[in-house]
This record gives sequence, C-alpha cells and structure tokens, in this order.
Amino acid sequence: MSATTDAATLGIEEVVEFRGETTISIPLEKLEETLKKCRDDLNYELLHDISSLDHLGEEPRFEMVYELATLDDSKHLRIKTKVAEDVEVPTASGIWKTANWHEREVYDMMGIKFADHPQMERILMWEGFPYFPLRKDFPLAGKESEMPDVAFTGVAPLEGGPFVTSPGSTNGEPRAKGES
Amino acid sequence: MEASDSTLSHAAYDSKIEGNIIFTRLDAAINWMRKNSLWPMPMGLACCAIELMATASSRFDISRFGAEVMRFSPRQADVMIVAGTVTYKMALAVKRIWDQMPEPKWCIAMGACASSGGMYRSYAVLQGIDRLIPVDVYISGCPPRPEALIEGLMKLQEKIEQEESFKSQKTEPVEA
Repeated sequence: MSATTDAATLGIEEVVEFRGETTISIPLEKLEETLKKCRDDLNYELLHDISSLDHLGEEPRFEMVYELATLDDSKHLRIKTKVAEDVEVPTASGIWKTANWHEREVYDMMGIKFADHPQMERILMWEGFPYFPLRKDFPLAGKESEMPDVAFTGVAPLEGGPFVTSPGSTNGEPRAKGES
Repeated sequence: MEASDSTLSHAAYDSKIEGNIIFTRLDAAINWMRKNSLWPMPMGLACCAIELMATASSRFDISRFGAEVMRFSPRQADVMIVAGTVTYKMALAVKRIWDQMPEPKWCIAMGACASSGGMYRSYAVLQGIDRLIPVDVYISGCPPRPEALIEGLMKLQEKIEQEESFKSQKTEPVEA
C-alpha cells in the first residue's frame, strides 16, 4: 500500500504527486470521515502537523492542511480542504490527541474555529488579543493593542529594516514593503 | 606639619596604626563596594542566556569581576541582565520583576533583541527592553560573546564609579 493507492481507496480522484509527496484535496464535509478512515483503516497513526493557509481575495478564503504519516514512516499523506470565512472546521482532536494544540495554534494565528474542540482558546498569544497575526491582511509590523496588567503590543518600525523588500519587486510579501 | 604634594596623597595611610584605617570619600567607598559585588538577576529569555551561562562558568568566569552570585529572586539582585528576545507576552513579567528589585539597581540589555528587538520586527516582540525599564549598558551582538558581556559589566562598573551615591540615591518613581 502506498499513499497513492490509499487515495484511491478513499475514493479521491484528484491526487497531486509532487517529488514523492502525495496530496489530496477534499471538501470540508468529507473531512472528518476521511481523517477517521485514514486513522482506522489506512494505518495513519501519526498526525505530523496541522497548518492553515490564507488565500486572501479568493473564495473560499482559508485552507486547512493535515500532514499524516504511519508510525513506521512508510507512507505520508497530505490532506487539504478549503474553508470559507466564519465556517467552523470539525476538530480532529478526537482522532489524534495531538490535534488539540495544533488546532489551537491555527485558531490563534488564523482565526479558524474548530467545532467540538475541548478547549478552543489561544495557545501562543494571550486570551483577549484582538487580532489573528498570520492572516494576510495583518501587517508584518503588528498593530497596537492593550490589555491592562496582561500584555500590550506595539507597531515595529519596518522602514529600512532587514526585511523590507525593494519597491517594485513583486516576489516578496506585499505587506512588507516598508509599510508598518 | 610639613608635607609636600606627594606625601599628602599618601596621608591616608599611616603605618603607625598598621594600615587599618583608610580615609576616602563616602561616595568612592560606597561605589567601590557596589561595583565589585554586583549580584545579577539573570533574565534569560533566548539564546543570549546560553552566552550568559558561559560567562558565568569556569572558562570566562564572571566571578573575577564580582558578579557571580546569580540571584533568581529579584529582591536579592542588583543588576538585571536582560538576555534575549523580550516578547510582548513576557514584557510585563520582566517589568514586574524589575519593579521588585530593590534600589540601587541597574540594567544591562544584552544582545540585539533586548536592545532593539533585533531581527524580530514583528507583532510579537517588544522593540527593546528600554521601552519598559531604564537601561544602563547596551551590549551589541547576536548573541554577544562572553567577552562582550564582561566588557559590558566593566562598563557598568565604570558607570557606578561615577555615581554620586551618597548625595542622590538612584531612584525611580514606583507606580502605585
């Protein structure tokens, strides 16, 4: 069994193979069922990571990425699913316990909420921080916020800093061009 | 009593009383005692803390400069060495520990992050600990080598030497 045949077992036709990595994209409704199948029937005992992407300007805006692997490291599978804004994603913490903290990080940084998560709180920033800092529309320099006796944030000076791309170049992060 | 200038400068030392009495200025005595027994509060927050530990251990041996008594209680510390990246999440905790240190107290900002935020121009990092507490000595480097920290400590000792300790206690208004 390989990750590619597993994709066929799951009934996924669209499989992306790139440099030995197998990626499948599924609709959000099938996510929980697919992850369960991967865990129970296809021996993906290990959830390496959960991450999220922000496709600002596209619909649906967000995308969840799950990196699965077997304990003997014989196969890896990446599962992607698109998520619209203000839509809750079913939690994977009932399938892999490690998903608990990964999903809290996704919520903290990107603002995607997870349904039936046992503890849907921020994990890195403090409760009450008003922004989601890894969203594309959040400036690299940060925004000001204030929670008395807890924490505050400020705006970092970016002008002339090491990460300012030169004006006109289109390859860099658009938000990092000297704006703060 | 006749005395030339050269003998006057040694008038403080009288061999008849076996050198047990030394005349000096109060400031000089206080400063001498303070600067040679600086108890650091190691505020190790990132990789600078590794260099701070190296400075304290045998190869570099910060005890040669009287600053080997690392105190993890702020109430027993004289100088806070902020070694590492101060995130906004940690910032008020650093401030709180600083406030608990008794006067006189000094602060060394060790490394680029503690001095200016360093390479972290980001939403999560305080852009220099001097935005919260007064800093006496900044040490460049990412992280600074132990020699640099010792140099910074010696600079702080020089600064303490110049203070008017008796006349004006180094004070900082404590917010209620």
